[in-house]
Amino acid sequence: MTDIQEVLNKIGPYEPAEDDHLLVCRCEEVTKGEIRKAVHEGMFTIEELRRYLRCGMGLCQGQTCGKLVKGIVARELGVAVTDVTPATSRAPMRPTEMEIAGNDGGEQA
Amino acid sequence: MNPTADVIIIGGGINGCAAAYYLAKKGVKNVIVLEASDSIGHGGSSRNGGGVRQSGRDVRELPYVMYGIKHLWPGLSDELGVDVEYTQKGNLRLGKTEKHLEKLKTLADNAKKVGLDVRMIGKEEVKEINPYLSDDIIGASWCPTDGHANPLMATLGFYKKSLSMGVKYYTGAEVASLKKIKGRLRQVILKDGTIFEGEKVIVAAGYESRYIVRTVGIDVPMTRYFDQALVTEMQPEMFPQMLGTADANFYGHQTKHGSFVFGSDCGLEETMDMPLNEMKTISMTLPSSCRAIEGYIPALKDAKIVRSWGGWLDMCLDGVPVISPVDVVPGLILACGFTGHGFGSAPAVGLILAQMAMEEETVVDMSALRYDRFDPYQ
Repeated sequence: MTDIQEVLNKIGPYEPAEDDHLLVCRCEEVTKGEIRKAVHEGMFTIEELRRYLRCGMGLCQGQTCGKLVKGIVARELGVAVTDVTPATSRAPMRPTEMEIAGNDGGEQA
Repeated sequence: MNPTADVIIIGGGINGCAAAYYLAKKGVKNVIVLEASDSIGHGGSSRNGGGVRQSGRDVRELPYVMYGIKHLWPGLSDELGVDVEYTQKGNLRLGKTEKHLEKLKTLADNAKKVGLDVRMIGKEEVKEINPYLSDDIIGASWCPTDGHANPLMATLGFYKKSLSMGVKYYTGAEVASLKKIKGRLRQVILKDGTIFEGEKVIVAAGYESRYIVRTVGIDVPMTRYFDQALVTEMQPEMFPQMLGTADANFYGHQTKHGSFVFGSDCGLEETMDMPLNEMKTISMTLPSSCRAIEGYIPALKDAKIVRSWGGWLDMCLDGVPVISPVDVVPGLILACGFTGHGFGSAPAVGLILAQMAMEEETVVDMSALRYDRFDPYQ
């Protein structure tokens, strides 16, 4: 069980850093500072961060930035990277045109 | 001493977070929200098409849905301090056959009786409103005050705001049972043995609400249904309306981000046999959805899909939720069985749950949604 308020008190307020402007998620243009700040607003899981900031929600679905985001969250929360649950991978493996995906199964196949 | 609250809310989805926000806004100091999973909004709150609509609904739902659209949605982004992307540019429910139009007309006529501005329009007017739609469409119902919003931002917005107002949130807090003391509901017992105590307990935990309220002798006739959605890459700005079809082939809209979000199914979802905490998609749903969408919006055939996902719906036997104090368990308030259309109503439901917890008169009459409305039919 995680007491959100207790964790927020423990990690303290968001402190701006020099490299906060770095783009971490290139697809959706999310910076390190935005991710760090969101953690201090109560977004502790990759699932919540993806929904709140869209990091890892673009064309590459986090294949590029997934590890980086995990590292930033772990540091901000003061936990091991292995304690941060990664995002769920979902179909399709690569962005696929609707017309092509629609060829799979059904009468048209 | 056990952690104690004025109100304990079980379920950190949009209804629970909204109830927490409206309670905090009313000045209730001690509110606790218990979420079973690790993430706020893990269930249906983040797994829906984002519709904020009145049209196509059961008349029992319309009073509170209409209240929310008139009084709560328009100011929600400002109130919560996050952009919930509320867009009120109408809902087109499309038909391709005379039978479809008959169905749409019945729904529209019923909604008109309770004061909703919804009307049937012909092929030309559909094309005028949305030039990207298929020529096979022969008519639609049109409700100009419907729209859509971003369910991810709305859910987390209620969470973030209420958290900053002092609501206490616990994640990974799975409830095992409720317990009455001296005839009143008092304790919420977690699977790990932790006990929370509250004056009032709101249960808004989707299908899992059943397992929770059963421990105090209450049940709601529900089934569960697995629904899937997909999102495309960003597209140029095309149209702002929420779309649906008479046949329920798909529903969806273009988001502020530019991507399109559509919900759809392949017909096998009803038989999905997996635990509620699993949400693996069916491989046949994505292609079926693409065929359905292309059949209505041919302009999207080259749009690339970047992701699909799924979630569980809590389907109430009579198609509308239970939103009700439970008289036989004093202190218990129940909100479940949203049947796949609970997102658009969530701000109003949150406010009403807060009013029920405070024993105030609710903004609209909710007696049609009572927990004890299910009678045997013979």
